[in-house]
Amino acid sequence: MLKIAKERLNELYAKINETMGLFMPIKKAGEVNYHVWGEGKEVSLETLKTVKSPKNMFFPQTENMMKFKTEGKNIEIVDVREKLAAAAEDKPFVMFGVKACDYKAIEVLDKVFLAEPVDTYYQIRRNAATIVTLACSKPEESCFCSVFGIDATAPQGDVTTWLDENYLYWQANTEKGENLTKLVETLFEKGGEAEVETQKANTQAILEKLPFANLDLSRFKPENLNELFDDTRWEEMSEACLGCGTCTFVCPTCQCFDIRDFKTNEGVIRYRCWDSCMYSDFTLMAHGNSHTTQMQRFRQRFMHKLVYYPSQNDGLYSCVGCGRCVNKCPQRLNIVKVIKTLGGNKND
Amino acid sequence: MKDVELKMLERAKQLLESGEVARVIGWKKGEFYFDPAPASFETVEELGDFVYNGFCGANLSKYLIQASKKEGKTAIFLKPCDSYSFNQLVKEHRIVRENIHVIAIECQGKLDIEKIKAQGISAVTEVEEEGESVTVSSLYGETKLNKAEILLGKCASCKGKTHQVKDEEIILHEMPAPINNRFDEVAKLEAMTEDERFAFWREQLQKCIRCNACRNVCPACSCVKCVFDNPASGIEAKANDDKFEEQLFHIIRAFHVAGRCTDCGECSRVCPQNIPLHLLNRKFIKDIDGLYGEFQAGETDNGKTPLTSYTESDVEPNNALGGEAK
Repeated sequence: MLKIAKERLNELYAKINETMGLFMPIKKAGEVNYHVWGEGKEVSLETLKTVKSPKNMFFPQTENMMKFKTEGKNIEIVDVREKLAAAAEDKPFVMFGVKACDYKAIEVLDKVFLAEPVDTYYQIRRNAATIVTLACSKPEESCFCSVFGIDATAPQGDVTTWLDENYLYWQANTEKGENLTKLVETLFEKGGEAEVETQKANTQAILEKLPFANLDLSRFKPENLNELFDDTRWEEMSEACLGCGTCTFVCPTCQCFDIRDFKTNEGVIRYRCWDSCMYSDFTLMAHGNSHTTQMQRFRQRFMHKLVYYPSQNDGLYSCVGCGRCVNKCPQRLNIVKVIKTLGGNKND
Repeated sequence: MKDVELKMLERAKQLLESGEVARVIGWKKGEFYFDPAPASFETVEELGDFVYNGFCGANLSKYLIQASKKEGKTAIFLKPCDSYSFNQLVKEHRIVRENIHVIAIECQGKLDIEKIKAQGISAVTEVEEEGESVTVSSLYGETKLNKAEILLGKCASCKGKTHQVKDEEIILHEMPAPINNRFDEVAKLEAMTEDERFAFWREQLQKCIRCNACRNVCPACSCVKCVFDNPASGIEAKANDDKFEEQLFHIIRAFHVAGRCTDCGECSRVCPQNIPLHLLNRKFIKDIDGLYGEFQAGETDNGKTPLTSYTESDVEPNNALGGEAK
C-alpha cells in the first residue's frame, strides 16, 4: 500500500493531468458533480453523492451518434465513433473518487452496454477510463449499499483509495491501476495498512447502524414477478408521483435512452439522450403506449430494478443503494419505500 | 405543531366518517421525521399514517387537477401560500371548485433537510422542532439549530398568514408576519452588468439535467400535454442540450407562467441541482408590478389580470424599461 499526504493531493492531480484527462467530484455553482479537474477547481472528495452519477462519463446524457450530410442526391454518413476513438486513444482518462455504490453501478451498466450487441459508443469511453475509487468513511442515513452486498469500506476499481484526516492511501488492483501507479508513484511513500484497517472497522460500525441496513430483498425474485406486478399497493405508492425524471436522471444505474433525428441546415444529426420511464412518451410506439398511467410507469421503474434486471442477470439487482432518489425525489417517494412496502424489513 | 396535527387528523376522520368527503389530501409519514410525502386518504384506517410537521413544504394544490374530477368531494389542507395556487387554478378552470373542501391550516414556516445537511450534519435520524429551535440527531451526534437558518428557500420570504381561500380553518397559534424581501435577490441581479448576469445564469442553468421536476411540480404549468413532451409538436425536446437549457427552456417556461405564477417557490424547492429558478419568475413579477401596478396572482379566483387584459393606457414595456421606441 502507498500513501500521500492530504495537502499534496493537488500535486497528484496535476501529475495525472499531465498525460491523462481527470474527472472528479468538483463543486460548481454550489453543486458537486463530476467535472474535468484543473488548477483552482473546488475538489470535493468527501461528497458522498454527486448530483449526477459518474455514469454520465460513459453514457452521456446527450450524444451525437452520426451525421447525415446531404449534397444533391448523395448522402454522406459521418460516423462520430472514429473521432471518439481517436480522442480516447490520444487521451485516456481517470475517474477519481468514485464511491463503492457508483462503481458497482458501472458493473450494472457494463452488463447492458458491453453485452452483445456491444454498444461501441459506451465501450470506447469505458476502455479509455481508469477508475480510482474512494472508500466511504462517513455514510449517511440515505445510504443502503450494504443491502446489495456492496462494501463501502473497500470498493473495487482499478485503484482503491482511502482518505483520512492526514493521508490518501492507494492500492492498485488491476493492470490499468498498476500503470496509473507507475505514472504517479514518485509522489507516494509506502505504508498505511494499519490506518486503513482502522478506518474500515470504524465505517463498518456506522454502516451497521444505518436506518436502511436491514431492508429485506428476499421477496424480489423472478418467481414472484406476477405477484409483485399485480400488487394492489402500487396505486397508493405512486399517487404523489409527479412524473418528472429526477429519480431516473440522478440514478447511477438507469440506462434507458431515446434515439432521435434532428434536422439542421447541413443535414441530419442522429443523437441519443437519456430517457425516463416516468415520462408520458416513454416506449411510445406506432400502436400507442404500453404504459398509459403514472402508476404503470412508476411500477416499471421499480420492477426493472428489483425483478426484471436480476432475472436476466443472475440475480444482480440494478439498484446499488446509493440513496440519490431518497434525497432528491421532489415528493419524497423512493425505492426504499417500495422495498419496505412490498418486501419488508428483516427485523420486522 | 403537534396540536395542529392532531386537530387536522381529527377533522379528517370526521369528514371521512360522515361521508362529507370521499378523500382528504394531506401528507403521510415517511421513513424519517423529515420526509413526509403528499398523500390522498380515503379511509380512516389510512389516516394512521397522517402527518403534519415542519417538513410538509410541498404545495398540494396541483393534485386537485385530478382529484377534483373524481367521484365525491375532496378535502385538502392548504397553507397560506398554497391558497394562492389554488385560486389561480380555479381561475384557469383547471380544478372544480364545488368538488373541493378547503381547510386552511397554520404554517410556521417549513424546513429544508438539505440546509440541515449543508451544516455538515450527516446521517440524520431524528429532528425535533420546538419553537424557534430545531434539534437534529444523527449517528454522529446531536446539533441544535436555529429555525431561521434552515427554512426552505420559499419560506425565507413569506407572503404571510392570510389564506386567500378557505371553507374552514385550523389555526391554533399566531403565524409569523410576512417577510417582504422577495425582490432583494432580483435587485442584485438587475444591478449586474449584462455580461455578469449572463454568466450567472449560464453557470446556474448549465447544471440543469432536464428532469422537468420544476415544470411538473409547478401549479401554473398545468397543460394536459406539454409542448416539449409532445412528439407531434415538432419541437419535442428530451435531449439535454447546453444551449437550449442555458438559454431557452427555463426562460420560455418563465414567460409562459408570467402573470400567473404566484411565487409559490416549488420550482426551486424541487430542483435537484438547486438552480434558483424562482428568481426568473420574481423578475417577471417585479416588472409587472412596476409596469402595471402591484399585482399578486392567486389573490382572487376571478377578475382581469395585467397580461391578459388590454387598456389604452397600458404602458409600452419596451419604453418603460428604458429601451428605444420601435
